[in-house]
Amino acid sequence: MRVNNIKREFNKGLWEVNPLMRQLLGMCSTLAITTTVMNAIFMGLGVMFVLICSAFFVSLIRKIVPQEVRIAVYAVIIATFVTIVDIFFKAKFPLVSKALGPYVPLIIVNCIILGRCEGFSSRNSILVSVLDGLGMGLGYSWVILVLAILREILGSGKLLGISILPNSYNPLIVMVLPAGAFLILGLLLAIMNSIDIKRKG
Amino acid sequence: MKDIVTIFISAILINNLVLYYFLGICPFLGVSAKIESALGMGMAVIFVMTLANTISWLIYHLVLIKLGITFLTYIVFILSIASLVQIVEMVVKRFSPSLYKSLGIFLPLITVNCAILGSTLFMIAKDYNFIEAVVYGFSGGLGFTLIIVIMASLREDLDYADVPSIFKGAAITLITTGLFALVFMGFSGLISA
Repeated sequence: MRVNNIKREFNKGLWEVNPLMRQLLGMCSTLAITTTVMNAIFMGLGVMFVLICSAFFVSLIRKIVPQEVRIAVYAVIIATFVTIVDIFFKAKFPLVSKALGPYVPLIIVNCIILGRCEGFSSRNSILVSVLDGLGMGLGYSWVILVLAILREILGSGKLLGISILPNSYNPLIVMVLPAGAFLILGLLLAIMNSIDIKRKG
Repeated sequence: MKDIVTIFISAILINNLVLYYFLGICPFLGVSAKIESALGMGMAVIFVMTLANTISWLIYHLVLIKLGITFLTYIVFILSIASLVQIVEMVVKRFSPSLYKSLGIFLPLITVNCAILGSTLFMIAKDYNFIEAVVYGFSGGLGFTLIIVIMASLREDLDYADVPSIFKGAAITLITTGLFALVFMGFSGLISA
């Protein structure tokens, strides 16, 4: 395997086929948990862990899984790792676990993970699959981090729970409400489109 | 009885799965381009969500709790939803070919519809009794259908709108959804907590 190739598999998830912005996968958790930066960090780590582990196992067993039951097998693999993440968060970070609530178990149906298992890991070698998982995981994480930073600052004037804007700032409460999530993600998508247009033009 | 009405109304208008909990956004963005397909998807979701909540409630209370293996909840739930969808698909195909034609392509997609798994998890978290759980599943599906159909009709009009090029496609859809969520916030005063 050439170094170039490896680099490409890793890089593509960051921008070119970014799972969130380009493929519009995994929207639910993205919009729901980006109210604070802390939540976004933990969610990003959780998704990355599940992505990499399931990419490894799906790739490992890709030749022995019968075609008909493959989705169910992937779902069980993913659910197993999600359960591990959930129990770990509950034990070590009870506050974060409470804030994330049902969105940790909902990683199971995060289409990014099933999508990568089905579309990539099931037909590629272990090394490439893990790299792909890592790239996609980082691509997901940076987007939710940016989203969370914007929403937390605009919506409450805080960053990681510490006030950073002067007291005279009147928080735009709508930003931490569901409506704000849709609005900010829409604007972010438009900004990304304009960067792409500039690059090409 | 009052509780059930409350659950029914709040699941449709106030704590809507799509606009409030952000569940089922992927199919929401995917099939809400045309009213017809949105309606088909919505019907399939109502059907499967009601059944999924019924079965998950039974499994959780009669098997998982009795045996003390609730840590397996997620694995068991996702497997039961996957097999439920499979069975529904086979039954519908066998007994109602016309229904299968309209619902068929949406059924496999439902397995990974987070709204289904989400509603079963919420129904456990909120500690609903059996009837409440079934009502919650049904009204959750109804709420999903309502939003997705309204959104589809908006998007059909959006096709003819002169949108700035950088906003074309998903960006404008998300912003429209955001405005829409704002509108629905008006319903939150309907039921006092």
